[in-house]
Amino acid sequence: MNAADTLTYLDHAATTPMRAEAVEAMLPFLTDRFANPSGSHRFARSVRQAVDEARDVVADVVGCSPGEVVFTGCGTESDNAAIVGTQRRHGGVGVCSAAEHHAVLHAVEHGGGRVVNVDAAGRVDLAALAEALDDDVSVVSVMTVNNEVGSINPIPDVAAIVREHAPRALLHTDAVQAPCWIDLRSISRHVDLLALSAHKFGGPKGVGVLFERQGTVLEPLLQGGGQERDRRSGTHNVAGIVAMAEALRLADIERADETIRLTALRDRLVDTLMAELPDVIETVPRLLKIAGSAHVCIADVESEALLYLLDEAGVCASAASACASGAMEPSHVLAAMGVEKRYSLGALRMSLGRTTTDGDVDNAITVLVGAVRRLRGVTS
Amino acid sequence: MKVMVAMSGGVDSSVAAALLVEQGHEVVGVTMRLWGGESDTGCCSVSDVDDARRVAQQLGIDHLVFNFTEDFNEHVVNPYVLAHTQGITPNPCIECNRHVKFARLSERAALLGFDAVATGHHARVTADTDGDFELERGADRNKDQSYVVHMIDQAELSRTMFPVGGMTKPQVRTHAARLGLRTATKPDSQDVCFITSTGGRSTFLGTRIPFRRATMVDTEGVEVGEVPAVEMVTLGQRRGLGLAGGGPKQFVVDIDVEHAVVTIGDESHLRTSEQTVRNMSWVRSAAHGASFGEVLVQCSAHGMPQRASVSVDADGTTANVSWLEPQRRIAPGQSMVFYDPSDRFVLGGGICA
Repeated sequence: MNAADTLTYLDHAATTPMRAEAVEAMLPFLTDRFANPSGSHRFARSVRQAVDEARDVVADVVGCSPGEVVFTGCGTESDNAAIVGTQRRHGGVGVCSAAEHHAVLHAVEHGGGRVVNVDAAGRVDLAALAEALDDDVSVVSVMTVNNEVGSINPIPDVAAIVREHAPRALLHTDAVQAPCWIDLRSISRHVDLLALSAHKFGGPKGVGVLFERQGTVLEPLLQGGGQERDRRSGTHNVAGIVAMAEALRLADIERADETIRLTALRDRLVDTLMAELPDVIETVPRLLKIAGSAHVCIADVESEALLYLLDEAGVCASAASACASGAMEPSHVLAAMGVEKRYSLGALRMSLGRTTTDGDVDNAITVLVGAVRRLRGVTS
Repeated sequence: MKVMVAMSGGVDSSVAAALLVEQGHEVVGVTMRLWGGESDTGCCSVSDVDDARRVAQQLGIDHLVFNFTEDFNEHVVNPYVLAHTQGITPNPCIECNRHVKFARLSERAALLGFDAVATGHHARVTADTDGDFELERGADRNKDQSYVVHMIDQAELSRTMFPVGGMTKPQVRTHAARLGLRTATKPDSQDVCFITSTGGRSTFLGTRIPFRRATMVDTEGVEVGEVPAVEMVTLGQRRGLGLAGGGPKQFVVDIDVEHAVVTIGDESHLRTSEQTVRNMSWVRSAAHGASFGEVLVQCSAHGMPQRASVSVDADGTTANVSWLEPQRRIAPGQSMVFYDPSDRFVLGGGICA
């Protein structure tokens, strides 16, 4: 199936297509330049150089020094390495917001941690956060951008509270949804740990980053050959790392222009839907969220049924996370935000990205308006 | 036609889907996620969903998973648990068919533009000359499942398909093997999906309701022992009462849940010539106020049907069954299904009072 020809792809928060430049960058390392960068011969050294250069690029975009960049296998691994790694090394408990991705939420809960309420926009409740902090807390995790509803947490404010109420705790942020929309340099300087995932910004699946501030000591999740300065054992995914760096570099360059372009598309998408369809709410006010996120709740419609009709018409969107069987789970994020069930049952996440066009938005509007009217029994 | 086929991951629904594809229908497979808790096949029966998806891929049809866990809890699991606190023994598979498969799923299918819903049940839908629909036993009498789908009415029958209903089970398996379906040799599922074989009913209920010890008395009222949980006792039960052997077989002949007293006695105390059936549903709507001189009544999934006459109240919801020969009393909550005298067609059914 050729996605570009047949589909209206509005699921960039799930994954966004790889950039051609990133594909180009990785190909040599899948073919001729296959050496293991940890080797001791010249062939290995040349590949090692590519990994080092990729690390420089990532460090530049994240806003840290290259030695603070650890390459991992995915965003989930980075989150787990941060939370589980802190607890294993320093003991204590974790604290996170109730709207975190499961990679954080389950890791914190598994370690007996504390979960802090969020406000109606899905942002951590700062007063409740302060309340939850004490000297037993070793790691606090608050996401930069929420993967479901797109809201942005005030990381500088979060950092101030953590430094005041739990001065010994490490502050981690899951920034997996951020790179295309937020300058990571403005985030990294407030935190000790920050997780990224390549496939969310035009890189390949199966590679991620954990920024570990200089001086931070974690217990590594994997025991082995001691790669990444003993912080992440396992042979480097060289092709993935090189492609990720190229994708991140380009996302950083294009961020400002893309944000303007996609804000206009997103606004038109949501404004038109709300004008055409009664009883649709925009889940999070636009000022509080990223440009690429169009999240709405449609009363008297069930997400599963709606997604079927969208899918049938070639529109790819999502509702919430799926369980192992593939069934949609009720959203823990919307529940934490206190969205009324009548609306949360009809949750719809459309996420825009680099390949989204005017035509995609036109098509999505037509299909979605028709589908909702049909499910509501309205003859249009 | 555009057909939604419910695929459980078993061989019957796999072949049902395959037959529909062979017949040229536009087919979409759906697996319902019903139970979110522990089960024999793992969290949300992921391995069964995998089987269904792989079969769908092999057949070249779309496959979706619908999350109906809330409906299943509301209409099947919670009433099942509640019933046990009232001395009632329900059949959860029948309630699932009534409230989920042939209601929730079927409504969603209609909403999404499907002409029919198909399942892998061994039963048949046939149209008579007037255009009315009959619900007929499956061709394989040993595997017939008309009992568990007896509640489907005319409107629902008009859009229900049972593609394997005309086949024997060996024919189904042969067909699956011929197509190379991965489910061809998968064993039949036997038990209630939300109850594990290791924990059983007592573990399931024991974590949800408080068990109360009950005094066991004979029919003269003399105490003869006790049982650890009155909620676990079923009318007609013979095993698991901790009674000494010898003498005539002893059965549970009465359960007083409120006072936690279980009465046991020999089979003669279970015999009855009458039985009241409530919550009747009818394949045809014309049964209100009717009397049937002779019908066959089946009281369990594979039970032997017995002859009876039946009178129905004016609104069609309650039926009084008069057995031609006295039968053991049926436990309250069990479904009783009426068949025509030829033992082919379902007339209707309800729940034993």
